[in-house]
Amino acid sequence: MSTPARKSRKVTAMTTMTPASAAPVDPADSTADWSAVCPLDVLPVEHGRAALLPDGSAVALFRLHTGEVYAVGNLDPFSGAPVICHGIVGDRDGVPVVTGPLGKEVFELATGRCLDDETARLPVHDVRLTGRVIEVSARRNTVETLVG
Amino acid sequence: MTIPQHSEAPRKLVVVGHGMVGHRLVEALDSRDAERQWEVTVLAEEGRPAYDRVALSSCFDGADESALRLPEHDPERIDLRLGDPVRALDREADAVLTASGERVRYDALVLATGSRPFVPPLPGSTAPGCLVYRTLDDIDAIRTAAEESTTGRGVVVGGGLLGLEAANALRLLGLTTHVVEMAPHLMAVQLDEGGGALLGRMVGELDVALHTGTGTKQVVTDPETGAATGVELTDGTFLETDLVVFAAGVRPRDELAREAGLQVGERGGVVVDETCRSVTDPHVWAVGEVACVEGRTLGLVAPGYAMAETVADRLLGGEARFPGADTATQLKLLGVGVASFGDAHATTPGALEVVLNDPVAATYGKLVVSDDAKTLLGGILVGDTSGYPLLRPLVGSALPADPSALLAPQSEGGGATGAGVAGLPDAAQICSCHAVTKGELTEAITGQGCADVPALKSCTKAGTGCGSCVPALKQLLEAAGVEQSTALCEHFDHARAELFEIVAATGITTFSQLVAEHGRGRGCDVCKPAVAAILASRDSGTHILDGERGGLQDTNDRHLANMQRNGTYSVVPRVPGGEITPARLIVLGEVARDFGLYTKITGGQRIDLLGARLEELPAIWRRLTDAGFESGHAYGKAVRTVKSCVGSTWCRYGVQDSVGLAIELELRYRGLRAPHKLKAGVSGCARECAEARSKDFGIIATEQGWNLYVGGNGGFTPRHAELLASDLDHDTLVRTIDRFLMFYIRTADRLQRTAAWLENLEGGLDHLRAVIMDDSLGICAELDAAMERHVADYRDEWRGVLEDPEKLARFTSFVNAPGTPDPAISFAVEREQPVPVPGPVSLGMPEVPAAEGARAR
Ligand SMILES: Cc1cc2nc3c(=O)[nH]c(=O)nc-3n(C[C@H](O)[C@H](O)[C@H](O)COP(=O)(O)OP(=O)(O)OC[C@H]3O[C@@H](n4cnc5c(N)ncnc54)[C@H](O)[C@@H]3O)c2cc1C
Ligand code: SF4
Ligand code: FES
Repeated sequence: MSTPARKSRKVTAMTTMTPASAAPVDPADSTADWSAVCPLDVLPVEHGRAALLPDGSAVALFRLHTGEVYAVGNLDPFSGAPVICHGIVGDRDGVPVVTGPLGKEVFELATGRCLDDETARLPVHDVRLTGRVIEVSARRNTVETLVG
Repeated sequence: MTIPQHSEAPRKLVVVGHGMVGHRLVEALDSRDAERQWEVTVLAEEGRPAYDRVALSSCFDGADESALRLPEHDPERIDLRLGDPVRALDREADAVLTASGERVRYDALVLATGSRPFVPPLPGSTAPGCLVYRTLDDIDAIRTAAEESTTGRGVVVGGGLLGLEAANALRLLGLTTHVVEMAPHLMAVQLDEGGGALLGRMVGELDVALHTGTGTKQVVTDPETGAATGVELTDGTFLETDLVVFAAGVRPRDELAREAGLQVGERGGVVVDETCRSVTDPHVWAVGEVACVEGRTLGLVAPGYAMAETVADRLLGGEARFPGADTATQLKLLGVGVASFGDAHATTPGALEVVLNDPVAATYGKLVVSDDAKTLLGGILVGDTSGYPLLRPLVGSALPADPSALLAPQSEGGGATGAGVAGLPDAAQICSCHAVTKGELTEAITGQGCADVPALKSCTKAGTGCGSCVPALKQLLEAAGVEQSTALCEHFDHARAELFEIVAATGITTFSQLVAEHGRGRGCDVCKPAVAAILASRDSGTHILDGERGGLQDTNDRHLANMQRNGTYSVVPRVPGGEITPARLIVLGEVARDFGLYTKITGGQRIDLLGARLEELPAIWRRLTDAGFESGHAYGKAVRTVKSCVGSTWCRYGVQDSVGLAIELELRYRGLRAPHKLKAGVSGCARECAEARSKDFGIIATEQGWNLYVGGNGGFTPRHAELLASDLDHDTLVRTIDRFLMFYIRTADRLQRTAAWLENLEGGLDHLRAVIMDDSLGICAELDAAMERHVADYRDEWRGVLEDPEKLARFTSFVNAPGTPDPAISFAVEREQPVPVPGPVSLGMPEVPAAEGARAR
């Protein structure tokens, strides 16, 4: 499935984790290059923040009320501005989403897929917790590599 | 004679009169005459192109002359000659002669000369001070006379439709108003005694003095000047006045036809057949009020339009016939709804009348039914006319329910009986102005995908005349299941106003609790900011970024600054009323220079500092607040600015201190959160230099006080504010604005500006006035208390961040590198100021360039 249909939002790829569980053991994991970004408690619930990765790119971090943490690229593909972290977090049909603050396009947090434009997406980064510290992988997934 | 089909050369059509019906004829013909069969010349007496005469009175209610204008014809195709009336017809030569001496030949001639007001030949009835009410020029004359009136009283002769319109005009001009009507009750043509009595009572409550059942004996004049000084009634009453408006009926302007030997009716009007063609001369047609069809002339616009459509069709070789006069009317006179349709006076033999008269609720309804009580023949409604759109199309068809049930107060969506438009036959005419049937509307909805009232209007023209059928259009949309629901979004089934009431009633203070108890899911970019604004409107004391609330805020509110296209922010400090000291002006310049900000003067009389990075905002605010500035809320759906002119302090024309009032109002309402942004203006005199009437609320100084206008709008759909009240003293003015704002905040939809809110408010401006000035809903005390709370609790939002380390921590670029400027933001220079580098608008998967870090400023 290379171009997922716009309406099907049930993507089951495990890209996030709850604080209680360990990171999924994945052979790709060993090659991933993790950086610690901040303690979980610094991140307010449903109120994003940006974090800088060692390569100079930035991710938008979101913590949901369930405790899940997501990291997606911070650059808004529509405006080119680094603002995704300032978007409103919510859900569409129960699927967690963030809305781009400039053009109000909606992106799925788990897949980065844009619900308003099939051709646009955000890169998705794996996230894990070590102790109470959030770590983000430098590797960028896209909706294709996640579900394809 | 038959109209030949398309021949080589275009034929010449001359239309005499550019009133409502003449205009409609030209429009109808032009839109259908694709092959240019006709070359059209319009000869018009008035100096202005056609305007909406029906809405003439709105000129006294704040409307602009331009708002009345009817759509312009294409000047390439239509030769419209204004101010050049026709003086004579030369039927031998098929030509007309105009006042300017021109002779215009025609193949077909349409007379659309309308009517003239009838002035009874009483002693003194033509004296200076005696006026009529039909044209925009008449309006100017009435206005001038009212301004110059020394008696402060105006008398209207005639208590019919036009008389009451005129009475309303005089009342709005601030005169004590009297109406004299010969018949025992008002609107004798349309209403029976019961309906007329209720109307009289309601009009009387508006301080209009009624003298019914009495005639006018004479206009008494000053022996020296000859001007009117009073009116003597046949019952002996003497009314001292220098302004008399005659509204005692109209007479068709058939003089051209008479002189040219065309047959005219017993009571005037060019006699025409069912195709609207003169019975004397097949080259001549007559439409509108000047036509005598079926033995009478008709003083309403809807039958005139039907005539225009008939003639347009015939001229193009069609077979249309005048469908017969529908004299049904629905009006709002002095704020009182009145409707009359079908055989309202029960003249059909054996007709039965069913009456529901409720003096307490001030409604009167009567249905006239056939002797077997099965067929509706007509009816009268006064007070509550909501049943009209449903009842009128039922005339002549079987009653869907018991007549008394049909008269019972209508509930939402089609009346207590559930009869609704849905139950009407397809042939029933829903819009009488444009003769649109239910079947045609249903086809537009299902076949052509019209999904809302504006779409139906542009597709079928229904609802673009008098507008009384709009509720029926809504019901048809609802019945077809396409009317958009009022649910805010997928998380709440409520409209914003309902959520406001829930929050008020339950005292809920968090989004989480509200969505858990009254909604579903976790919210979205629609409901979160809407609820955040409701919470903020109710509770100015809590900072909008407190706790969970920060995450609810939309793009700009979230950082108390407006996000720009490159992710930087603009900072706009408050400059109340636009007044600023040189010292403060220098501070703004210094801050902009030190932080490298682009500066621009805004339309709201303040200064915009653009290009601040998120992490710079607190330092900028600190500099500004130290100098005495505070947030200007340019980022919020909140009160923005109160613009002012220099007013009486400096201006030679000023009559009040507009700057002082603007500053006071801006400080009073600063920070007030609303469904949308709110802008205001204060002008020091009627010259209106502050453009106050383009604002949500605008104030214009008068010699006696202040005029308050509401519901204006610049932007996408500009609209002038309408006059809510005149000559208010300071305290009444402030109290009225307080209530206007709070009532809007309480009842408007999400992102609905005051203009749209007012347009959709049932009962419109009159209802608003009743609620906030006469306390008709008994909520004024609540509204006042809410505003008092707001004023008492207001705190500067910027300071609120500077004083709270937790909030301050959010004003950093990166959670793991707070001081690092975001490398993805950079600037170019244009006209010596920094501007955003035009951003890469990539639509696909963004390639995050490795070299991005090099683009720092
Ligand atoms: C205050 C007011 C309120 C009204 N309210 C309602 C209402 O609520 N509902 C309703 O249905 N109707 C209402 N009416 C009536 C409605 O306005 C008329 O029925 C309608 O305007 C008739 O259109 P018409 O084109 O026939 O005449 P008009 O609109 O009067 O136009 C005739 C035009 O012809 C011009 N003319 C006359 N002679 C010549 C000539 N020799 N050469 C060139 N031009 C000439 C006149 O100057 C005029 O401009 C109202 C009227 C008034 C005045
Ligand atoms: S509105 Fe009147 S008072 Fe104000 S500046 Fe203009 S002319 Fe002067
Ligand atoms: S009935 Fe007048 S606009 Fe439809």
